[in-house]
Amino acid sequence: MAGELLELIGISKAFPGVKALDQVTIRVRSATVHALMGENGAGKSTLLKCLFGIYAKDQGTISMDGQEVIIRSPKDALNYGIAMIHQEPNPVLDRSVAENFWLGRLPLKKIGPLRFVDQEMMERDTQHWLNEFAINTTPRTLLRELSVSQVQFLEIARAVSLNARVMIMDEPTSSLTSSEVERFFVIMQGLIKRGVAIVYISHKMDEILRIADDVSIMRDGTLVGTWPASELTTDLMVSRMVGRALSQRFPKRHTSPGEVVLSLKGVTSAKPRGLANVSLDLHRGEILGIGGLVGARRTELLETLFGLRAMAHGQIIIKGHIAHIHSPSDAIAHKIGFLTEDRRATGIIPLRSIVENTTLVGNSRYVSWGFWLKGPQRLIDCLKYIRELRIKTPNASTPIRNLSGGNQQKVLLARWLTTAPEILLLDEPTRGIDIGAKHEIYNLIGDLADQGKSIIMISSEMPELLGLADRIAVMCDGRLSGILAAKDATEAAIMRLSTQFAPASPTH
Amino acid sequence: MTTSFTRKKLYDWSIEYAIYLVLLGLILTISIQDPGFFSWSSLRNILLASSTRTIIALGTAFVLVSGGVDLSVGRVVGLAAVVSASFLQGLSYPRRFYPQLDALPLWLPIVIAVAAGIAVGLANGLIVARLRVPPFIATLGSMVIVYGLNLLYFDRPPNSSQPIGGLRDDFTFLGSGDILGVPIIILLAMICAVVCWIIFNKTVLGKNLYAIGGNKDAARVAGINVESTLIIIYAIAGALAAFAGVLEAARSGGAKSNYGEMYELDAIAACVVGGVSTTGGIGTIPGVVAGVLIFAVINYGLTFIGMDPNLQFIVKGLIIVVAVAIDTRKYLTKS
Repeated sequence: MAGELLELIGISKAFPGVKALDQVTIRVRSATVHALMGENGAGKSTLLKCLFGIYAKDQGTISMDGQEVIIRSPKDALNYGIAMIHQEPNPVLDRSVAENFWLGRLPLKKIGPLRFVDQEMMERDTQHWLNEFAINTTPRTLLRELSVSQVQFLEIARAVSLNARVMIMDEPTSSLTSSEVERFFVIMQGLIKRGVAIVYISHKMDEILRIADDVSIMRDGTLVGTWPASELTTDLMVSRMVGRALSQRFPKRHTSPGEVVLSLKGVTSAKPRGLANVSLDLHRGEILGIGGLVGARRTELLETLFGLRAMAHGQIIIKGHIAHIHSPSDAIAHKIGFLTEDRRATGIIPLRSIVENTTLVGNSRYVSWGFWLKGPQRLIDCLKYIRELRIKTPNASTPIRNLSGGNQQKVLLARWLTTAPEILLLDEPTRGIDIGAKHEIYNLIGDLADQGKSIIMISSEMPELLGLADRIAVMCDGRLSGILAAKDATEAAIMRLSTQFAPASPTH
Repeated sequence: MTTSFTRKKLYDWSIEYAIYLVLLGLILTISIQDPGFFSWSSLRNILLASSTRTIIALGTAFVLVSGGVDLSVGRVVGLAAVVSASFLQGLSYPRRFYPQLDALPLWLPIVIAVAAGIAVGLANGLIVARLRVPPFIATLGSMVIVYGLNLLYFDRPPNSSQPIGGLRDDFTFLGSGDILGVPIIILLAMICAVVCWIIFNKTVLGKNLYAIGGNKDAARVAGINVESTLIIIYAIAGALAAFAGVLEAARSGGAKSNYGEMYELDAIAACVVGGVSTTGGIGTIPGVVAGVLIFAVINYGLTFIGMDPNLQFIVKGLIIVVAVAIDTRKYLTKS
């Protein structure tokens, strides 16, 4: 058995009023993948921030190779060989690959008494690492031109070039396509051969069962336990994470879909490489899942429907009438709501209150005397949604950024519900949300459909599509490759349709 | 545990109200130096000096909260002062801008001047929202253009760049008269502040303004017409600056083309000291008013106790940096 490389012993951290970490002890063996699991708020990220020197821990020790190390900043952590691959890398988009690779440690050369950046050496060395990790780009390419996966691989290469011995990966596969995930796993195997220990955070159970050696599960700031992955199953992990067994993951539906409320006829994007000739029907009270790989332009379909993207030709027909939708406000007027994929980028107004975030779309419904916003009524409605959607918050005036991801998502859902929509477009509604909150969102979506709302839901998680949708439309390369009834659909069938037009990977 | 907890609360509280504490501290320090400072006449002088500055800063606050900046407001002040003054000279004054012009009703030139300010604001808004020129650049350009327009107008024969004087009494009354012992100009500034507070807190425009400044893409998805909201906001900034320009002319009894020079930077300074974020989405009207008052107290108070005027610049600069450094603590992630 490999020796313990990194030990976190008895780590505690308190914030005013909250014990975020309570005596957490985790031992990571070298040359292994150690998965760290837990719902959002379980303390995973607080633990890693203590490890990485972003927070000062109140108690406990960190050791590398049995020697206690003092880490006060990310720079200290890097010096001890601990690197972090962030969920969403934040590179300098308009500088070259090489410059990003060497950011913060640019190599210098002396010319007389002066020191200049050694461009040649920088590019040569970067090229070496690009080859090493088979990243198909050049040192001089602008970072902006790289795909998400290339950026991620570059980050890993950079960490390895820094002699990182412990690599923390926070949901690294969340924005990769399935073929990129496979390559990613190959790279991880390579890292393990080098003796690197990987601390891997993910909500994807199947991934963890596949690649992890050890699994540590956290709940409410404490460690539930560490087990060899070989002894675990999805159900076991879920029940240990939430502290209860989730008997039934997806809600049972009580109604069957009614008449057609929305038809797309030959919808084609104005810009090249967009949607091509997409036609489909959406029924009243139906959940229509949209499957496909990342890059299949599923989001573009919803954005076109919502008036954020222009259509070259095709028709959107709502309840038998042609709808002219050129802007979000047109779409809202047609009683369409759109929960976007990226909560932080296009959803929340971080510093504003829950009331304000909830009523952002519906504000005009609260106006009297032509300009005055009725505060009390907004608050009453907001409190109603906090109760109905079970949003966990101290009060309605809390800034939304203080809530967990799942609760933020519920507020955004409430935002659309204030407009009494008939058609809801949901783009990856459970992305980056912990398992308990996911379950609640599934129930909410099921309830909304039972109330007669028609829902189009994009999801990259197969179980979600199969468990929640009535029908599944699969897209590939901007086209609709097929529609399956959920009860006959299988993961294999969806996968086949997803690659039907087969320019296999859109990025390489 | 209890003591550290209360100390923490005290710290949070003092950060939350830092601007007002700074204002209070300034007044106390100056009063200790010279107890004569603590008087009605000081208050009156400080408020008088703050009045037009407040109105300009209010407009600037709209733009800053939206995530933009408006450098043209200072020059709009000058344009509005010259335009309103040029129509409001006494008929008997020898060097009139429009020698043949009959007496106009008082409101008309004011409306013309404010309309000019709105026009500049609309142009700013269109350039920023539709042409997607960064606000700093767009308003830097319009700042220079407005000054050029003002110089051209000011240079019209027979005036030929002479200071405009001999303003009508009913006009100068706006700038120097009292109602029930309160200067009208202070009342007008207070009314502007109240109206802006209502817009910020009680109207859809205000909520949309915070949303656009806080997350423009989210605002767009929420169906907010970001472009037209921005255009309205720049127009409001232009209107308020122009109104302040009119009052500056009324108060000083004349107008020159260089009125309002650098006022835009004073307004930005007052806003940021008052807790408005230059990256948008954050700011309150009471904060802006406090920001303006801080600078007025410094100007008046430090002169009152006889501080070297050269030194006063250094104090003002330090206040800007320190106040914003303290205010930033509020938004650092605590969790």
